[in-house]
Amino acid sequence: MSWIDIGHIDDIPLRGARKLKTALGCIAVFRTNTDEVFAAADRCPHKGGPLSEGIVHGQSITCPLHNWVFDLNTGQAKGEDAQIATYTVRVEGERILIDGADLAARSAA
Amino acid sequence: MKQRLVIIGAGMASGRVIEHLVEDAPDAFDITLFNAEPRGNYNRIMLSPVLSGEKTYEEIVTHDDAWYAAHSVTCRFGEKVISIDRQMKVVEGENGLVPYDKLIFGTGSNPFIIPLPGHDLEGVIAYRDLEDTQRMMEMGAGNKVVVIGGGLLGLEAAAGMAARGADVTVVHIMGHLMERQLDEAAGYLLKKSLEAKGITIRLQANSKEIVGQDGKVRALVLDDGTELPCDLLVMAVGIRPNVAVAQDAGLAVGKGIHVDDQLCTSDADIFAVGECVEHQGAIFGLVAPLYDQAKVLAKNLLGEEAAFVQKTLSTKLKVTGCDLFSAGDFTDGEGREDIVFRDPSRGVYKRLVIENDRLIGAVMYGDTADGSWFFGLIKDGTDIVDMRDTLIFGPAYQGGDHADPLSAVAALPPEAEICGCNGICKSTITGAIAGGATDLGAIRASTKASASCGTCTGLVEQLLQVTLGDDFVMPTSQPICGCCDLTHEDVRRLIKSQQLKSQEAVWQELGWKTRNGCHVCRPAINFYLLADWPIEYKDDPQSRFVNERKHANIQKDGTFSVVPRMWGGITNPKELRAIADAADKYNVPTVKVTGGQRIDLLGVKGEDLPYIWADLNNAGLVSGHAYSKGLRTVKTCVGTDHCRFGTQDSTGLGIKLEKVLWGAWTPHKVKLAVSGCPRNCAEATCKDVGVICVDSGYQVGVAGAAGMDVKETERLADVATEQEAIDLTVAFIQLYRENAKYLDRPYKWVAKVGLDWVKERVVDDLAERARLIAAFELSQSIYRKDPWAEHAQKAERYQPLADLTLEAAE
Repeated sequence: MSWIDIGHIDDIPLRGARKLKTALGCIAVFRTNTDEVFAAADRCPHKGGPLSEGIVHGQSITCPLHNWVFDLNTGQAKGEDAQIATYTVRVEGERILIDGADLAARSAA
Repeated sequence: MKQRLVIIGAGMASGRVIEHLVEDAPDAFDITLFNAEPRGNYNRIMLSPVLSGEKTYEEIVTHDDAWYAAHSVTCRFGEKVISIDRQMKVVEGENGLVPYDKLIFGTGSNPFIIPLPGHDLEGVIAYRDLEDTQRMMEMGAGNKVVVIGGGLLGLEAAAGMAARGADVTVVHIMGHLMERQLDEAAGYLLKKSLEAKGITIRLQANSKEIVGQDGKVRALVLDDGTELPCDLLVMAVGIRPNVAVAQDAGLAVGKGIHVDDQLCTSDADIFAVGECVEHQGAIFGLVAPLYDQAKVLAKNLLGEEAAFVQKTLSTKLKVTGCDLFSAGDFTDGEGREDIVFRDPSRGVYKRLVIENDRLIGAVMYGDTADGSWFFGLIKDGTDIVDMRDTLIFGPAYQGGDHADPLSAVAALPPEAEICGCNGICKSTITGAIAGGATDLGAIRASTKASASCGTCTGLVEQLLQVTLGDDFVMPTSQPICGCCDLTHEDVRRLIKSQQLKSQEAVWQELGWKTRNGCHVCRPAINFYLLADWPIEYKDDPQSRFVNERKHANIQKDGTFSVVPRMWGGITNPKELRAIADAADKYNVPTVKVTGGQRIDLLGVKGEDLPYIWADLNNAGLVSGHAYSKGLRTVKTCVGTDHCRFGTQDSTGLGIKLEKVLWGAWTPHKVKLAVSGCPRNCAEATCKDVGVICVDSGYQVGVAGAAGMDVKETERLADVATEQEAIDLTVAFIQLYRENAKYLDRPYKWVAKVGLDWVKERVVDDLAERARLIAAFELSQSIYRKDPWAEHAQKAERYQPLADLTLEAAE
């Protein structure tokens, strides 16, 4: 694993999200009500809505375009046969780190 | 021969080490105990009861002089340790050298003092030792105190001084109290109990500076400019392990003094214990692990094998009347599930966190009787799968039958009270059912049960079900969403009647079944709160749909549209040039004239938004709120200015209305129009509010529609003056804001309440009209402003968090 520092926890609003640009395309980084951080593809498989603009509730995100709801742990859409890619992130102190090896492996694949 | 053991610091952990040693092997060591404080070991965690007057200092002394003498401990109290010579194995104190065979650091921690300007003023203290406690005990009626820090220690300090009559304000930077031990729901309840004790709590408050007078503290200033006067300022924002001497001696030090499982430092003859320690990255502030460490260290010193293992902890707050308990890990995580129980009327909240059929965390407020039972389950890792259904009810309910809510209702005695507001008992309701009242409405009409606050509605419905069996069909009134059992109308009524002023309050008091709502209820609750409590409640952007959070309309490709306001549809060459320049500069692919008489720039990239707004602001253009559940446009015709048929200044009235109404949030979007004559070129008769000017004045119509449904406005009133037309419009919009269901346009709402009901309040009752206008103005004192100007200052929020496109390529 190679952890890449992508920002401070407060750079993401509480119950909000920010976009992260990567070679794989945009990744949405979410912060829940209890300061957990998740990362997942920023593109809804339904109509391509930017999930980083959705509403974060519990450990779920609702797409801003047509209200598809995804579990941020698994990427599974609720009640739909669809899933988004999730990425490994962790919070160390107040910094958010993403697993760079994971990103590199997937962009090579 | 006895080994020479030197201990630096007479605290609770090192004191416990000495106890173990003198009990198990009284002849093993010659002990010398240094302490910078001029006294021995006392029970620091009992300082709070000392502060509140429930105990005296003497009662919390653990080891007095006689105890040290009886166990032959050489005390060097009031003497600081200057240095350690590890080569020579000598400790240098202020009064001379002491050689050692084994050395223990028990130097504890220092309170963290935020380096705010003025932190060195007289009257700024921490909450750590007896001296601090004594300072706080001097505070009483007539004194003002500010406590920075809403954690365990800060709140105990605040409650202690409040009990002595002082006027205490707690300033906390986070969104809820004790965020490390509590979740937001329990934090909300704690805040409520402390407020009931007269303590003022300010959350999300950033301290900016401490101001003084003649070298003494006078007030704390927050970064929003609020000044909180105080005679004493207590900082209780955390602790830092005290590592200075260890560091100087060349020991491995991180946040604390590094130790292994045997509490041994990087020097084999030197140990550390207590709050000064860092073990596997963790530092320790609660007493239970410190005592564990002491036990392990004593065993190791005596040559027995023992290892320190970090364990699950539980916390209790020592404030009378605030019953809370937290244990284990209660953050969310993959594979973790919550069981939540709320009893709003008793102020009870319990949350259990379960992972792999094991209880791993618990937070409780109001009723903590079962705390130790849950803590036991957490520590033992008990499989809870068989008791999961009734787990949250505690040990008393294990092994019983599965509870059926209907059987519980059926089992209630006839005299059991169902509706507390109106004092209606079960037999009255079953009597009414027998008498032909077979639905909720009929029960309300005949008995008044559930007709007031409505919280017993569920019970009454269950009674109907039990009594009527299959003849009863549950009513179709839908709850807002799966998070709660209440309808929009019920929630609105309860927010007003119970004075609920935060989302946490709504979730708790109205029994939300989820942690923080969902995309359906959150925007609705956010609107209800800001509409009913414009001053007290702060709008939460994260509870808004993207358009209202970004102040632009998201398009299907993820770009945005930008629509500046054109008051009454009037513009000028300067504004048009600015719009054209912005369209060029930001490569806007589509420029469209809207149906609301303004110009839409479509296809703007999200990260360009703050910059295009700044450019438009520079030309005097502000947000058109084309994205909001709020006032959109006031469409006008040219009226008497140019038109040969115009009867009044319709453009002028339209601009006035737009200037009064803009920025206000409403349950759904609101569109207005003013036509200068009955030819109605502004199409005012299909708007939410439409004014038609006639020779004799103004015809104000409301509740029109031209969207999914098409509907002509209904006449609210005819008035003679422009001011009356404005007053009626404002009063109508405010009545709609106060009463309508979120996402009901005015025509839907008026269809539910009836136009007569609206007329009574807006047209006939002049006092009510005045109240509505005043309430609207109060809200507008907060919301009548340009969000673009504000957001243009936060451009960085619109950029990606980071750009890793280069990193990943490496």
